[in-house]
Amino acid sequence: MNSPSLEIRTPEGICFSQMLAGPIARFLAWSLDLFCILVLLTLVSYLALLLIFVSPGLAVALNTLGYFVISIGYGIVCEWFWRGQTLGKRVCRLRVVDAEGLRLQFHQVVIRNLLRFVDALPFLYFVGGVVCWFSPKCQRLGDIAGGTVVIRHPRLLEPDLDQVLPGKFNSLRQYPHLAARLRQGVSPAEAALAVQALLRRDHFQPEARVALFAELAAHFKSKVDFPPEATDGIADEQYIRNVVGVLYSEH
Amino acid sequence: MIVDLQRFLANERPVWSELEGMLDQLEREPGVRMSLEQAQRFHCLFERTAADLAKLRTFSSEPETRRYLEHLVARAYGEIHETRDRHRGFRPLHWFFATLPQTFRRHLRAFAMSLTVTVAGCLLGGLALALDPEAKPVLMPFPHLQQDPAQRVAQEEQATADRLAGAKTTFSAFLMTHNTKVSILTLALGMSWGVGTVLMLFYNGVILGAVTVDYVAAGQARFLLGWLLPHGAIEIPAILIAGQAGFVLASALIGWGSRRPLTARLRQVSGDIVTLIFGVALLLVWAGFVEAFLSQYHEPVIPYTAKIAFGALELAALTLFLARSGGTRRGRDEETASFINGGVPAKSERASA
Repeated sequence: MNSPSLEIRTPEGICFSQMLAGPIARFLAWSLDLFCILVLLTLVSYLALLLIFVSPGLAVALNTLGYFVISIGYGIVCEWFWRGQTLGKRVCRLRVVDAEGLRLQFHQVVIRNLLRFVDALPFLYFVGGVVCWFSPKCQRLGDIAGGTVVIRHPRLLEPDLDQVLPGKFNSLRQYPHLAARLRQGVSPAEAALAVQALLRRDHFQPEARVALFAELAAHFKSKVDFPPEATDGIADEQYIRNVVGVLYSEH
Repeated sequence: MIVDLQRFLANERPVWSELEGMLDQLEREPGVRMSLEQAQRFHCLFERTAADLAKLRTFSSEPETRRYLEHLVARAYGEIHETRDRHRGFRPLHWFFATLPQTFRRHLRAFAMSLTVTVAGCLLGGLALALDPEAKPVLMPFPHLQQDPAQRVAQEEQATADRLAGAKTTFSAFLMTHNTKVSILTLALGMSWGVGTVLMLFYNGVILGAVTVDYVAAGQARFLLGWLLPHGAIEIPAILIAGQAGFVLASALIGWGSRRPLTARLRQVSGDIVTLIFGVALLLVWAGFVEAFLSQYHEPVIPYTAKIAFGALELAALTLFLARSGGTRRGRDEETASFINGGVPAKSERASA
């Protein structure tokens, strides 16, 4: 099943998408946050215990106010100062963002957190979970009111394609007219399949790896028929590496 | 056609890295202001990266690079296309004396509805108790209200010891947090198209009406006023304002007479809702102090006249504050026009808010 995503089209006509977080991931993040809140509450109650010798009334009042402020303020403070993340969301790599891709505003953070009072009804975020499950943007009521969504925020680094595009000898390049035909006949999706197979090759079982590259090689060989001297003695995996070299690099 | 990925990456990677660096800086220091040259460079980098993304989506589907670029473009888009006010430092006095009362006045209809529902609840509660005094435990299910009013007044006035001695701070903290939670729930239930907000306000009204009739019928109206007015003059309007915020939310959700989409309607009122609920919280902090430190003391400790006068003074000050504070003559005219036009925000007020 594809994860739902938030598609945004900029005025420049550029489309981009953000992966939305589902109710299960969000529940996990909330569980971690609940743990953090409990730790903070314990700290406050210890602090209040110290005050009990000065004024027992003040100690109980501090405990009551501390519980209230922490349980409501934790989400607001964390999400505002960490740009849409609480500790639980950081660990689960989730982030609250504006539903239209704009900068998250303070009042959006406040509203989505105050609306937890309804989302949490009648127990364990049942209302929020059900609404989130059926919402096309995986929003709970607080998100709908605040105009926010929670996205998955995987660690994204610049991809390292150098390992599949080295300047080694490529026998297919000896036939520029056939290489050009290959470039013309292969769709971006087919090309991506070949690149992904190479990038993930070390994760496959040996038998699966051999079978996969054999299938891919057969597929690409059916697209353009290179002469035997260009393909003989080359393993299927090397053949795919050469194909990718031709597709993604003109030189 | 598939792009020459190697050359493409070699040419464009410095652009992406520069944009990422600028975004990191903006996110680290949200208050930083760019010079014109920096803003132009930022825009140029965004457009080039967006163009790269478009190229990559069209001519190649290498997913990791595409996802990386989508992430970069998404971050830059939020910075460039945001037209709402950047957070310029919070000015508490301006917020309290101008923004809060202006916001209250901008949504007078919602407040009127909140008041109407509560008054309807009061009338029903009062009428029900007057017709059937046996229904008292159902109408006011609180142990301290089950006693005969005359008996309670006698007890309170003859008490020699301070029953709240050493517990006033605790009682005050309890009142503040409990009432604020009720107010937030009243606001949040606006998401049930206002039904939940109506129920909360109506139920509060029923209790208030029943208590009033119970004490007035027992000839204890003066005690009742002296007991409720000092904190109720602030607490009851605060709950009404929470109801107002709930109705503003419900109204944006329902969208009667508006052709704007749901997200735009909610976006328009979300700032106002937050302003109202923060105002409610402040009022309830004050009410909590007054209820714990003043309301629970009766004659002969504090004369009822003084308590009633204090409560009346508070109510007058609050009314004056909400009606006049932060408004110019022109602003008031626009508010009136806005009220007549069905709560459409006045231009100058939105700008100043």
